[in-house]
This record gives sequence, C-alpha cells and structure tokens, in this order.
Amino acid sequence: MSTFESWWEILTLNAHNTRVVVLTTALLGAGSGVIGSLLLLRKRSLMGDVLSHATLPGIVLAFALLSSAGLAAKNLLPLLAGAMLSGLAGVGVMVAIRRTTKLRDDVAMGIVLSVFFGIGVVILQMVRELPDSAGLGSFIYGKTASIITADFIGIGIVSLIVLGIVLLLGKELVLLCFDDGFAAAQGWPVAWLDVLLLALVTLMTVAGLQSVGLVLVIAFLIIPAAAARFWTSRVGRMMAIAAGIGALSGWAGASASAAMPDAPAGAVIVLASAAAFGISLIAGPRGVWRRQMELARLRDRVGRQHLLRSIFEILEQPASTPVNRPVALDDLLEKRSWTPRDLRRLLKRARRHGSTEPTGNGGFVLLSEAGFGEAARITRNHRLWEIYLIRHADIAPSHVDRDADMVEHILGPEMVRQLERELEPSALLPPSPHAR
Amino acid sequence: MNWTFTDTWIVITGMLCALACALPGCFLVLRRMSMMGDAISHAVLPGLAIAFMVTGARESLPMFIGAALTGLCTALFTQWIHRFANVDQGAAMGVVFTTLFAIGLMLIVAAADHVDLDPGCVLYGAIESSAPVVPGEFPRAAAVLGGVFLVNLAVITIFFKEFRLSAFDPGLAETLGFRPGLMHYLLMTLVAVTTVAAFESVGSIIVIAMLIVPAATAQLLTRRLVPMLVTACVSGALAALLGHLGAILIPPWLGFRGTSTSGMMAAAAGWIFLLTWIFAPHEGLLSRFRGRRAGGSDLADAPAGIKRDPESPGVSPH
Repeated sequence: MSTFESWWEILTLNAHNTRVVVLTTALLGAGSGVIGSLLLLRKRSLMGDVLSHATLPGIVLAFALLSSAGLAAKNLLPLLAGAMLSGLAGVGVMVAIRRTTKLRDDVAMGIVLSVFFGIGVVILQMVRELPDSAGLGSFIYGKTASIITADFIGIGIVSLIVLGIVLLLGKELVLLCFDDGFAAAQGWPVAWLDVLLLALVTLMTVAGLQSVGLVLVIAFLIIPAAAARFWTSRVGRMMAIAAGIGALSGWAGASASAAMPDAPAGAVIVLASAAAFGISLIAGPRGVWRRQMELARLRDRVGRQHLLRSIFEILEQPASTPVNRPVALDDLLEKRSWTPRDLRRLLKRARRHGSTEPTGNGGFVLLSEAGFGEAARITRNHRLWEIYLIRHADIAPSHVDRDADMVEHILGPEMVRQLERELEPSALLPPSPHAR
Repeated sequence: MNWTFTDTWIVITGMLCALACALPGCFLVLRRMSMMGDAISHAVLPGLAIAFMVTGARESLPMFIGAALTGLCTALFTQWIHRFANVDQGAAMGVVFTTLFAIGLMLIVAAADHVDLDPGCVLYGAIESSAPVVPGEFPRAAAVLGGVFLVNLAVITIFFKEFRLSAFDPGLAETLGFRPGLMHYLLMTLVAVTTVAAFESVGSIIVIAMLIVPAATAQLLTRRLVPMLVTACVSGALAALLGHLGAILIPPWLGFRGTSTSGMMAAAAGWIFLLTWIFAPHEGLLSRFRGRRAGGSDLADAPAGIKRDPESPGVSPH
C-alpha cells in the first residue's frame, strides 16, 4: 500500500524535489522532441551526439581560464558559455566541411565529434592538476537526480527560445529539411538557416547536458522524433507528437527513477522513451505491423489475380468464347513459374475468397460464378493495358506482359474507362497481343 | 626530450591502431556509416556488464566476446530498424546505441555491489598504460591490435572485389550475385571487433577518430579506392606519431605535467585533416579558391547542372 502511495505521490508531483526533476525532464523532452523532428527530417539525428561531445573543449578551456585568473572555477555561466561557443565552433566546422568539400554529412559529423572530443580530453587531462577540478566530470555527465529550480528555469527558457524560433521560422526550417536545393534556388540563406538550426540544437544540448547528462540529451534529440514519425507524415503534427512523447517519457521515466532511487535516472528515462519508440514502431499507423499487413494483403491480391488470369487464359485456349469448366492443375503449373506448393497455397486462398468451387477432383480447379466474372475482368484490364503500352508507349509486344503485370493490379475503374475510350476495343475482350 | 623504449611502443601501438581502424574506416565512410564506430563504442556497455556478471571477474576474453557481440547487435538492430521500419539510418543508430547504453548503465548499477566498472574508464582508456615498463617485453595491446590489423587486411584483400562493388553500387552487386547484405554484416563484424579490441587497449576516442578522420583525409586526396586505403593508413600512422610527440612536447611548454596521448592522437588526426582540407591539390580550399579566381575550368564555376552530384560517393571504383 505504501509503495502505491509513494508512486501516486511521485506521479502527481506532490513532493517538491521530484516535482522539479519531473517537470524539468518533461520540458526537456518536449523541447528536444520539436528540434529533434527537424534534425530527423534533415537526416542529422546524431547531431546531438556530435555536439554533446564537441562542447567538451569549451567547458574545460573556460574552466582553465577561470582557474588561472583566480576566479571561482565552478561558476556555471562561463562554463556554459564555453560549452556553447565550442559547440558553435563545431557547427561552423561541420557546415564548412559540408559546403567546401565532397565529404558528406556523416563524415563531417564524425570528424567534428572525434577531433573536438579528442582536443577536449587533451585539455581536460592537462588541467586536472589545477585545484577545484574534481567536479568537472559530474558537470559533463550530469546529475539528473539533483536537478534544482535553476535548471528548470534554464531549460524552460531554452525550450521557449527553441519553440519561438521554430514557430517564427517554421516554414523556412521545414523547407531546409525537405529540399535545401529548392530553398537555395528560392533565395533563402540556406547556410545561415542550417547554422541557426544547429545553433538551436547546441543550445538544447548545452542546457540539457549540464542538468540531465550526455546520454539522455542524445537520446531525447533522437528517440521521440523517430517515434513520432510512425504516427504521422505531417511536419507540424510530427513535432507536436514528438514533443508529447518526449514530455511523457520524461515524466514517466523521472517518476519511475524517483521511485527506484538506486537506478540512474538518465538511463531510466532513456529506457522509457525507448519503450515509447518500440510501441510506436509496432503500433503506429506507419509502423511495422501496418506495413506488413498491407504488404501481405497486396501480395494476396496480386497472387489471386495472377491465378484467375492464368485459369481464364487456359479456358480461352480451344474456343474463342471461354466457357467455365474444370482446369487441370498441371496446365496451370506450366502457365507461370509457380512451384506446386505456391499453387496449392494460392488455390486455398482463392477458395476462401469464394473465387473457386470444389470440383471433387484434387487435380482440377473450377471457377465459381463470381470468380469467372472477376477473371474475365482482370484479363480484360491486362489486355487493355498491354495494348495501350504497345500503341502509346512503344513497348515491344514481347516485353509488354511483365510491364502490364505491375500495373494491372492497381488499375482503378476510372483508368479502365479511360483506356476503353482511348483504345475503343472492337471486342468486349480483346485478344492477347502475344499472337499464338 | 627523453625518448625511451616506452615511447617507441606507444607510437607503435598507436600506429597499429590507426592501421587496423583505417581499413574498415574507409568503407564506413564510403557507405555513409561514419558514426558506426561511435555508436558501437557506446553500445558495448551492456555486453561488458553481462560478461562480467556471468563470469564474475574482469577476464578480458569473455569481456571481449560480450562487447564484440553487443557491437554486432548494434549494427544488426540498426539495419533492421532502418530496413523494416523505414527509419533514417542515423536515427536508427541513435535509438539503438542510446538504448543499449542505458541498459548497460542499469546493469552496472544493478551489479554495483561487487562491480568495479567505471563507464568513464570505458570511454576514455589510456594508451600510455598499454606500453611495457620493462625492456624486451612485448605489450599485449600491440599484439592484439597487430592481430586485428592482419585480420582486417586479410578479409578486405580476400573480399576486395565484393567490398568495392557493394560500397559503390549495392544494386549492381546484388544483380551480379555478390550478396551486398552479407558484405555489410561482414564489414560490421570487422568494425565491431576492431572497435572493441582497440578501445579495450587504447581508449575509444582514438578508435572513433582513426576510423573516420584518416579515411576522410584520404578521400580529399584521391578518388581511387586502393590509393585511398593506403593514404588513410599512412595519415593515420602519421597522426599516431605526431600525437605522441605532441603529448610529450606541448604540456611542458604550457606549464602542465602531461596529457592524454589518445586524445592528442585524435587531435593530430584532426590537424592533418585540416592541413589537407586547406592544401589538397584538387579538393583543397586553396586550389578551389585559386581556380575560382583564375576563372578556369574548375568545377566550382560550372553551372549547377554539370556539377558533380553531391550525393555521389565521390571516389571512383577503379
């Protein structure tokens, strides 16, 4: 009972400390979700990873300068300013590499990440001898459980700035993400927009790094946006959903870690958002489940239509007007490159769909009334499309069958009517162009 | 400066690391998966933790196997999410490695009572401590990295044709029956083993840097694959040498006692890249600038239509 009460207390934000922690992470999740969506669309999701490493030289340099000037080296603002500056330098180098060489985004990101971090480690190991340097590590790795009100205010301000700029320049940023070439042709300052987007990421990274740590910042910039992509294909909605998923996993994860004081809070929050990603991956309208279902349905339909057309073409063989009668399976097997197993499966599906009737003889298949009509219609569509391709698209009659194959399954009634108007077939069922 | 045999071994170890990383690194860069080394070096944490929990000791072989398997899983999961769920490759990589890293942290904390696994130590590593103190001793790190280099060299030589074709034209490779998917996983296995072997002995910054930066440097200098591989190896080895020299010379000059050699090697690779970026004969900033000034036939002046496609791999397969 007491555990339930403590959970309830945490989830409803009753205790002051947890309230600040939970609200801060939720806010960070929301802000990161918005900016992460833009990064995902620009195919630069790992930018948070790059920038969180690239801030290291700035942090330690600022620390070394403060320390050698004899000031209190733990002063937060100069360290944050150093982090911001070196993150921006990383952004500058990356954009410059991208624009002046043939190297691509991922290479530019990798170079900035490893070289900046290397330089950072070099300086860090040098200044370790300076007094007061013990806390630098925790500054870099974050301390989610001990977030204070100042962190909340800082992240709140950063989130507001990000949200404001995204609202103001949303159209331009989205254009940059979808088609930077077109944006450049339209006269938008693409390089500056790019720098602005990455500067927003740097701001978000620096704000988060200090309060929640490296891993969580990286994860928050990637996972909510990637999860939101499974639910919609509209940018605005995607940003809103990503913000929601980020806030929700920040809230749930921070609450859970408050209930489990031993577990590292950052890791718990990452796992909460990973769970949200997993659910979206499977259940989202653009997720794996729906995709596989649709693919399977399409495969089903295409297979059945191939079967019906093959049967119909066999029925056509002796007489010009086809009459429905049982067809030998061996004849069908010769028609297409089916294995006996494929054919058995297709026949079972067609039977379930009501296209065939039982014949009482395992070696034969008989179309039902509805199946015969459908077969005639499918064959007719196929022929119409073949003739159209031969006449209007100059495709050789020997090649046309395969091309027609791909389209016939998706010919709508309107298309068929238009084909009829254009081709004015003399017969109700035109003969196959593959003359026999 | 007081150069001892320890310094020689540090440089040799660094060079072997550079050589071992540069070979798969070139293919990573060509296949647009440069961030894989970074992702793997973060994602191996749960493998290390599980290996530790199973064996109960910091034996290096089980740890190595656990880490290499998790590294390979990172590549596998990334590829699955990318292929079946149609997620951008970078994002898929990010989802996988942050999640694995978080699981690793949880495992380490769960076993915290009797574990001495510091995530920071996994991430930094120290090449200095890998060198022997007694003359005549052959350091383990050099042996491991030399072995990994030879394995990488052998695999890439044997499957050179397949690797080359799948890096430049996976579609054609598929049509010709070369199984680019299999080549992808073979490359990922090489990357995972190299990353784990190298960071276990010399630290992960140097691995991430040596996978990408020499390959990028080489790509600015040549457009052909074999010269690119050779150039990457040479510039990586040079970075190792310069990095160690820098680690010895620079700190006293600034009034400090010492610094991280691995970090300095990564920084040296960055300086070599910077110089190449400025001075490279065709791709360099200077020659581009001069070409534009002279108004010659430089591609920078060509109309957009006949400019090189920025999305093309940029190195010819021959």
